[in-house]
Amino acid sequence: MNDKLYKVLLFVAALAMPIVCGGVVYALVTDAYEAFEHFGFFKFLTSSEWSYTEGAEQYGALPFITGTLMTTLLALIFCIPFSLPVALFVGEYFKGTKTASVLSTVTDLLAGIPSIIYGLWGFYTLRPLIMALNISPQGSGILTASLVLAIMIVPYAASLSAEFIKMVPNDLKEGAYSLGATHAEVIRNIVFPVAGSGIFSSYILAIGRALGETMTVTMLIGNTNNIPDSITSTGNSMASIIANQFGEASDLRFSSLIAIGLVLFFITAIINMIGKIMIKRARIS
Amino acid sequence: MESITPILEFNKTCVSYTKQTMAVKYVSAAIERNTITAIMGPSGCGKSTLLRAVNLMHNLYPNIRVDGEILLNGENILSMEPIDVRRRVGMVFQRPAPFPTMSIYDNVLSGYALNGIRLSKTDKDETVERCLKSVALWDEVKDVLNKKGTFLSGGQQQRLCIARALAMKPDVLLMDEPTSALDPIATAHIEELMQELQKDVTILIVTHNMGQAMRISSKSMFMYLGELVEYGNTDAMFSNPSDERTKAYLTGKMG
Repeated sequence: MNDKLYKVLLFVAALAMPIVCGGVVYALVTDAYEAFEHFGFFKFLTSSEWSYTEGAEQYGALPFITGTLMTTLLALIFCIPFSLPVALFVGEYFKGTKTASVLSTVTDLLAGIPSIIYGLWGFYTLRPLIMALNISPQGSGILTASLVLAIMIVPYAASLSAEFIKMVPNDLKEGAYSLGATHAEVIRNIVFPVAGSGIFSSYILAIGRALGETMTVTMLIGNTNNIPDSITSTGNSMASIIANQFGEASDLRFSSLIAIGLVLFFITAIINMIGKIMIKRARIS
Repeated sequence: MESITPILEFNKTCVSYTKQTMAVKYVSAAIERNTITAIMGPSGCGKSTLLRAVNLMHNLYPNIRVDGEILLNGENILSMEPIDVRRRVGMVFQRPAPFPTMSIYDNVLSGYALNGIRLSKTDKDETVERCLKSVALWDEVKDVLNKKGTFLSGGQQQRLCIARALAMKPDVLLMDEPTSALDPIATAHIEELMQELQKDVTILIVTHNMGQAMRISSKSMFMYLGELVEYGNTDAMFSNPSDERTKAYLTGKMG
């Protein structure tokens, strides 16, 4: 009897999560419906107007989709030269040593720092630096946001990549050494190819993190509702336009913000799903 | 001159994993050219450890110390560059492990690729064919050379790994229980192959299997607790072991 009760309780608790997820999607879809109906689904995604003049309201998501994709892609590019060496250090060169565990703990700590703190650091340290270097006059913009985002996703990419690098069988590495390979040759010809799909999937998951990051980006991107014409110009991301405007928005603007949220939800969900599937495959092989 | 100098000579070779304990203790033995020498002994006796000292595999692990001398054609390998030693001393491991991201063709040539040596297409084709023929794998795989090596059966994979080692034209081939993961038919194949190969290469094989040592080797070593207890002609050792411990092991009283 007790066993049965336990089972039911477990079942209810486990069912709660899919229900919450379904509820989120339902709420997003119903609230976004007005915007999609008013502008048309594809029109909404491809329009770059964002004006709330009463009577002639125009809302389009393109500047924010562009802003999100640009910051994410740049963050990914900036993150690779830092996360890959950390992963190699922890997973191969100093595998199993104290030094490696200290480094991986410190890197993981970076993941625990609240994003507002990254935002403050970016705003008061990196932004003046970018201005001083004459990279952009206002300091904030796509580049500034991407640099801080890159630091934020390094721990995710590094620790997961390190796992896959660690998993490369010793048999293969010793086999390569026995043929006269150097350490660098073993890494290039054996470790990277064998761990490749796993490393790739860790970067996909890191992208998933970067896509939805709100606070840091809002503080550093400049919050202008235009399509950025270069990486130093200002812009806005999907998450940050929502954060900036949800308080004052109503009716059609509110619905448009929710619609952007829905698009962001699906992009993030798809990216995460691809990453998870790839990780599963990489683990099996 | 060549016939007088043994191809490989252990001279008071010691290997230790920690400061207190020695896994291989003062082993001295000379290995004759173009022979198969079996290293036998119970688990943990240091036979694999001794074998792995010959291609400086222990250098990969900073805690392991190798002392004494190991002479390859009269030259002490312990003071040579590991990369140079490993190109002259090939190794086949217990579990067949072809490189999973490479085709059969590329697996055979992996030694060259790993060392950054470029071969012409004709040289490559010639090397692949020669090596796969010498391990009797050519007929089975000649039409699927571009397939991944991991598609092959265990025995075929192990022969591919032998071909990979032979491609570098080593003087000595080390085999660390190369058939322990294989079925009896694949084992018989590999044993037959080793008999063929000893024309070109000196083989040092670690084996758990006394029958295997008896079938293939002309010389045998018996190790126990890190010491080389007995070394001599295989026939003589099996019919009339000179040490009590060898006798106990060979008769199954100690394993």
